Amino acid sequence: MKPIIELQDIRRNFIVGEETVHALRGVSFTINEGEFVTIMGMSGSGKSTLLNLLGCLDTPTKGEYLLDGISVRTMTKPQRAVLRNRKIGFVFQSYNLLPKTTAIENVELPLMYNGSVSASERRRRAIEALDAVGLGDRLNHKSNQMSGGQMQRVAIARALVNNPAVILADEATGNLDTRTSFEILVLFQKLHAEGRTIIFVTHNPEIAFYSSRTITLRDGKIRDDKVNDNIQDAKVKLTTIPLPDDN
Amino acid sequence: MNGTNLFKIALKALSNSKMRTFLTMLGIIIGVASVITMLAIGQGSKQSIQAQIAEMGSNMIMIRPGADMFGGVRQSASSMETLKLTDYENICKDAKYLAAVSPSVSSSGQYIAGSNNYPSSISGISLDYLTIRQLSVETGEMFTEQDIKVAAKVCVIGKTIATNLFPNGEDPVGQIIRFNSIPFRVVGVLKSKGYNSMGQDQDDVVLAPYTTVMKRIQAQTYLQGIFASAITEDMTQDAIKDLTDILRADHKLKTSDNDDFNIRSQEELSSMMNSTTGLMTTLLACIAGISLIVGGIGIMNIMYVSVTERTREIGLRMSVGARGVDILSQFLIEAILISITGGLIGVVLGVGASFVVKFLAHWPISIQLWTVALSFIVCTLTGIFFGWYPAKKAANLDPIEAIRYE
Repeated sequence: MKPIIELQDIRRNFIVGEETVHALRGVSFTINEGEFVTIMGMSGSGKSTLLNLLGCLDTPTKGEYLLDGISVRTMTKPQRAVLRNRKIGFVFQSYNLLPKTTAIENVELPLMYNGSVSASERRRRAIEALDAVGLGDRLNHKSNQMSGGQMQRVAIARALVNNPAVILADEATGNLDTRTSFEILVLFQKLHAEGRTIIFVTHNPEIAFYSSRTITLRDGKIRDDKVNDNIQDAKVKLTTIPLPDDN
Repeated sequence: MNGTNLFKIALKALSNSKMRTFLTMLGIIIGVASVITMLAIGQGSKQSIQAQIAEMGSNMIMIRPGADMFGGVRQSASSMETLKLTDYENICKDAKYLAAVSPSVSSSGQYIAGSNNYPSSISGISLDYLTIRQLSVETGEMFTEQDIKVAAKVCVIGKTIATNLFPNGEDPVGQIIRFNSIPFRVVGVLKSKGYNSMGQDQDDVVLAPYTTVMKRIQAQTYLQGIFASAITEDMTQDAIKDLTDILRADHKLKTSDNDDFNIRSQEELSSMMNSTTGLMTTLLACIAGISLIVGGIGIMNIMYVSVTERTREIGLRMSVGARGVDILSQFLIEAILISITGGLIGVVLGVGASFVVKFLAHWPISIQLWTVALSFIVCTLTGIFFGWYPAKKAANLDPIEAIRYE
């Protein structure tokens, strides 16, 4: 299997005033194509720092990070921006859609920063991505006319549209009610089944039941890294959650 | 990343916040409109003054006797006797660069026609005088060379004289008017020229053959002045030099002697007027320029707030692959779009306001392409200049912090 992410003894220090904070103290792991990995940890465990590194928003103080075979550590900011544009799809807790902008325009956004994609192809791929998340009928809905679950679906479509090597989800269900959370989890499992590589950063231990592998961080180190032999189906769980009364 | 996409992104961002965009534009709109209006007013008054000077005859050259000392006391020009009829004759004969020459003698007194009287003066001139002062006869005719030769008691009068001496509207042509009890036959009435920029009534004139004024009124042989007209305005300086040489030779002046005459052209007057109106235009442009700068600061202010307000959006754009330079370009394009649109609206408003000024206040205005172009370019540059700092700030945001900014 092809490794998508290879971390080799990653360390990340922050200098806060006089003190040096060791956010990551030597983290190594490899994530292969098609894995659905949950990264868990309490706040302060270093999971946000790790997410920033994985997302090429930050570079490690020490250690090597290969994303799809490309070494990120020595890259400049603009080079990393282009790398993010081609290899990574982000899904954030608070959706981060552009205000007053239609679903399709939101999804097109990453491709707007890719000069090699023509306007017609951009539109085609955006529609495709919205179809994949089940919003094919809401292409021209504006972000302020959508529910939280719909907005997160748009955000996932936006993460898919550049056909990334890895999807990075940062507490992607954190702002949603239980039922909608599971709807989103169903979607992630569907994408996983289609062979996508997904990294889901969360402090919610429940998510781990639905992913293929769980990495637990504590104090900047890996405390636990285990493969989930018994992946639960989020669809099954969804049926047990009652529909809201007012629906 | 290509320019078209950036342009689309910037346009979308602007249309998403129309009110803010409009308020930002307002400063530029007012700035550009005031620059154009003020320059139009400034240029307009300049041109109207130039036109008035040209009406007086912009090629006109005046020769006056001068610099005569009598026992250490400088004499007034009219009492000097250094310009003679022979000077005029020599000028007629020798001068190059001149289109027309006329001697000038004048005397003031009271006109009487029937029961009406009016105080004015009489100017003795030759036929060329009409060309030099750009006068024309409206009714009747100009007197003739023959009249000059025989010192005929004929005259051509201005509108002011005509209305004062003939208040009931009878035709003055053919009538006899008396100047200090000397009868003159009116042969023509001049076309009205109105007041000049100095407030002088240009219609308060009576023209008669110079021979008549010299022989029959003043009984003198010297001239009070000689008027001439250069062939073109550019030749005025050459003509003055030429006239100086002729007159100095005529008056047998040694190289060490001062000129005993004065030659003036309208050029001095026109340059003085130009510098005055130029000063006014500069002043107006400065005021307008300040309003443009204030407009620019408005852009900077709102763009700056906008960067803070849109921190999360910027963070998102960066996380999906926008480079610093893309964000910088986006914000700069927004600033430039605001400036250009504001500039265009400002041009329309400014031109409109100029015409309002023209029709309501009846001020002369002149809208010139260069003032429109200048204010437009300046406002675009203002946009770039004042948009740069907020744009740079946006580009330098850390995506990690920006995406989680509350």
